[in-house]
Amino acid sequence: MTALHGLAILLLCQSAGEAASRLLHLPLPGPVLGMLLLVVALRWQALRTPVGMAADALLGHLSLLFVPVGVGVVTHLALIARDGPRMGLALLLSTWVGMGVTALVLQALWRDEPP
Amino acid sequence: MTPAAAMQDFVQLWVYLSATPLFGLTATLGAYLIALAVSARLGHPTWANPVLWTVLALAALLLASGTPYPSYFSGAQFIHFLLGPAVVALGWPLWQRRAQLRRRWLALLLAALAGGAAASASAVAIGWALGLPAEVLASLAPKSVTAPVAMGIAEQLGGIPALAAVLAVLTGLVGAISGKALFTVMRIRRTEVRGFALGTASHGIGAARALQVHADAGAYAGLALGLQVVLASLLLPLLPLLASWLP
Repeated sequence: MTALHGLAILLLCQSAGEAASRLLHLPLPGPVLGMLLLVVALRWQALRTPVGMAADALLGHLSLLFVPVGVGVVTHLALIARDGPRMGLALLLSTWVGMGVTALVLQALWRDEPP
Repeated sequence: MTPAAAMQDFVQLWVYLSATPLFGLTATLGAYLIALAVSARLGHPTWANPVLWTVLALAALLLASGTPYPSYFSGAQFIHFLLGPAVVALGWPLWQRRAQLRRRWLALLLAALAGGAAASASAVAIGWALGLPAEVLASLAPKSVTAPVAMGIAEQLGGIPALAAVLAVLTGLVGAISGKALFTVMRIRRTEVRGFALGTASHGIGAARALQVHADAGAYAGLALGLQVVLASLLLPLLPLLASWLP
């Protein structure tokens, strides 16, 4: 069993998730249902090594996978020229608000827990 | 061969190569590996974020050479496609930490709900206050969710899917680059809390940064990213329903 087997298992989970999402009209996208399916499937010991190898390889270079979409910025140059500074300000402040609120809530809830 | 003829050959070669999927795929991988190597050589400072520099370099290359985005994407789509299996793969770190998660699920769920709602609501509120058009606001709402899922949610909300994906990537970059400074100012020290907050507000790019710093931070960031995907796909499409109830 290799990383290739693992990739096949990930794709199978994604396909099953995609099928379930469409057939049952579920609000969750296929890959998300696939992720939940994978967690259940991992009870089966034989899947763990190959899935671990494939998952570590994919997640180890997760940021690379965002590059093609990021380069899509070139198709929105007109919009950016018009709304860029305002969108940038909204993005910057809201990201800090989101990170700050998450960290404060979690820290408050874990006050009594040893690290 | 005269320089002019050589130049013409080169132009013809470029026209041929830039139209094949080979160009987009090779340029993306090559630029990313160079950015990664430079970042590692400099000791992974936050400003040397590999995604930021890869995107800037490729965008400059496309604009300078006049290559249309669709012909670049015909090659880059092979990398883009892997986002789906990568979301599925997030089940692996979740499963590895199942014992911890069983103990801590309530606190994590509450933090993910509060942080995700705060990020989305503040983005839309600030954008609305600054007078951004409705379709841009709808594209801003899912910006803390990983790009492929953000596109689907933006479409349901009446936004522009391609813009939502770009905004999600930019959000990821903001978090990955400024997260450390923000946590220092706020005196947040625990690695799990830092990682979880990074993953909640800036999804996969934040998680990639967290993973560079610490394995535990990376795992909690991956968990947060998975939770945001589930929560946002369930809750954000309800927003128009909520708006229709208002007078």
